[in-house]
Amino acid sequence: MEENTLVGLPLLGGKAPDFEAVTTQGTLRLSDFEGSWLVLFSHPADFTPVCTTEFMAFSEIYEELKKRNTELLGLSVDSVSSHIAWIRNVEEKMGVKIPFPIIADLNKEVSKKFGMIHPAQSKTETVRCVFIIDPESKVRTILYYPLTTGRNMKEILRIIDALQTTDKHKVATPANWNPGDPVVVPPPGTTEQAEERTKEGYDCKDWYLCFKKL
Amino acid sequence: MLQEAVIALPCVSPDGKPTKSGIAKLSALKSGASTPKAVADITGHPLFRVRSGLRELVNAGFVKQVDDKYQLTPEGDKLVP
Repeated sequence: MEENTLVGLPLLGGKAPDFEAVTTQGTLRLSDFEGSWLVLFSHPADFTPVCTTEFMAFSEIYEELKKRNTELLGLSVDSVSSHIAWIRNVEEKMGVKIPFPIIADLNKEVSKKFGMIHPAQSKTETVRCVFIIDPESKVRTILYYPLTTGRNMKEILRIIDALQTTDKHKVATPANWNPGDPVVVPPPGTTEQAEERTKEGYDCKDWYLCFKKL
Repeated sequence: MLQEAVIALPCVSPDGKPTKSGIAKLSALKSGASTPKAVADITGHPLFRVRSGLRELVNAGFVKQVDDKYQLTPEGDKLVP
């Protein structure tokens, strides 16, 4: 009797599923990126307008990502030949070089592992997903954007800055945080700590909501 | 029947010879067994490309893996003076 296995999609804090895929820069595995942060993102199709603006925008933040020890890896279900033709077209017509690899997920193996195909949007193309994966291959942020809405690069950079700040300083970041803004001190876990919290020199609105400058 | 596509690899060309990128990695191993990180530091290539490239070079017989390091095989050694 065949065993039915329900495959869970990647969740925050869990290990990103490993894969081996053909890309425009050779065959790559997710594990090849261990030790770096990774922005794994999908786009619906090559030679389409919103995707082209996104690829140019990702290229514009490529150097900023490298400063943050972060690599970029794109994906669509198009072939390697299509990817190569498209990025050559973008360079020729728009003057923007695409420096990062793009997965050619023809058999949708990676797309399915990461839940990138949403049938109500498209049965064949991936939606605009972003998986931010840390150096230990843990999924730290997941974004899903519809086919019609291009992503915001400033937000992606901001999320990476926030996550790296959290990891380095063991703090949280409040709404609309940007580097240099006060960060949130983790809330106390005991009544004793709560009692002490407002005496610890932080900018406290109350015992559970305290800020500090890094 | 569809003709099988030959997928070009960054470090090993379809004729089995190392590409410029492959030679760079082989050269980085000339002085002895090294980790992928050390090869990346010498070549300036991104670490993920080095890991992938070393796999190709192992499959092509120019490099072998010993624990967490890589070293040239006799065939690989011949390619880098």
